[in-house]
Amino acid sequence: MTVRRGKQTIVYATKPVFLGYSTVGGPKEGQGPAGSYLDKIYPDLTMGAKSFEAAERQMMISAIEMALEKASLSRSNVDCFIAGDLLNQIISSGFSALNIGAPFLGIYGACSSFAQGILLAGVLVDSGAAEVVVAATSSHNNTAERQYRYPTEYGAQMPPWSQHTVTGAGAAVIAARGQGPRLELATMGRVMDLGIKDPLNMGAAMAPAAADTIFTHMEDTGRKPDDYDLIVTGDLGKVGREIVMELAQRQGCDLSRNYRDCGELVYSKGQIDNAGGSGCACSAIVTLGMLFSQNYKRILVVATGAMHSPTSCQQGENIPAIAHAISIEF
Amino acid sequence: MGTYLTAFLVGGTICLIAQLLFDLTPLTPAHVLVILVVAGGILGGLGLYDPLIKFAGAGATLPISSFGNSLAKGAMAEAACSGVIGILTGTFELTSTGVTASIIFGFLFALLFNPKG
Repeated sequence: MTVRRGKQTIVYATKPVFLGYSTVGGPKEGQGPAGSYLDKIYPDLTMGAKSFEAAERQMMISAIEMALEKASLSRSNVDCFIAGDLLNQIISSGFSALNIGAPFLGIYGACSSFAQGILLAGVLVDSGAAEVVVAATSSHNNTAERQYRYPTEYGAQMPPWSQHTVTGAGAAVIAARGQGPRLELATMGRVMDLGIKDPLNMGAAMAPAAADTIFTHMEDTGRKPDDYDLIVTGDLGKVGREIVMELAQRQGCDLSRNYRDCGELVYSKGQIDNAGGSGCACSAIVTLGMLFSQNYKRILVVATGAMHSPTSCQQGENIPAIAHAISIEF
Repeated sequence: MGTYLTAFLVGGTICLIAQLLFDLTPLTPAHVLVILVVAGGILGGLGLYDPLIKFAGAGATLPISSFGNSLAKGAMAEAACSGVIGILTGTFELTSTGVTASIIFGFLFALLFNPKG
């Protein structure tokens, strides 16, 4: 039975299995360090679709199909589909759910949606409410830039601390039985606000939330950072990762040995000029692709999300942020 | 009339101011654009922008501040002829070519290329 430990942590008694998982990406992601782990690389950003939004959901559907195929399951086996993305009214998820046909729970945790989806899928499976749950998330550079920042044709200058939204999608089939990596623990994050207003400086806005979730996870479970082969945050980029390191040092928590950020892992230095990758797909494709292919024993994935909207930014509100952690054993 | 050198120096300085506003303040590109247009309008209203154009030529007419200057000059010229209502009818007097061209070309290119971004 699923139980709670400490303030915010969930313990999965049955340790639900990642029975199948798949990642897809755009051309830039394909050329990056995470590229060789992708199951499918689209050579251009339109992906043959009539809009970038249609292209994004095409990626999500394709990731789900491949994840189900790897799990030797079909759409009719899916008891529940959980998905989230960055677009208004999470249309990538909703339209993909129409295609998948399974009962659907739409979620929004911005770029933390990946961990949030896995966390909830684990609860459904662990509690016996479902046998097979698919959790998916996607982001597309052109749809996200248009929605959160500027139309892409406008060609606005980006400061060095800005991040590049990852084009891609990841899907995982979480099941009660089978072979594969296992979901062991999850820590639900709290929304934090440290006064950042610049929508181009997401790493700094999200870093305190990531640090808070990591500290709470360690406190709730009595573990230390060294109990993990790797602790990875979702999409803080260079700027945000340095802030987390500093916050951790102040708390007496040593992250110097095994802490990385998916936003820094997804692209190589020569590919982009700014602080790294971001977006729902960032933590999804790096975790399910690159990290799942290494010889780790146990990793902690802390997906980070900024809970602002363009309207809230224009009205001068700060950017609140959240981070959810999932612990995976191999 | 300006020379290549004065055009480069004045145009470059205007762009440098805009770049510094963007790099050193939390202002967005839209804020910086509006600040330059308004500054050009104020300088034009005070009669200071035309001497700058005389000195620097394209260095002063190309940056967006020149658009603000044209807005102010058009409004003032019409106001001198037909009174207060001239401020409204004259504002786009000098800039109507640019504004109309951007609308028409925007329309034509949207027809041709079906923009997605």
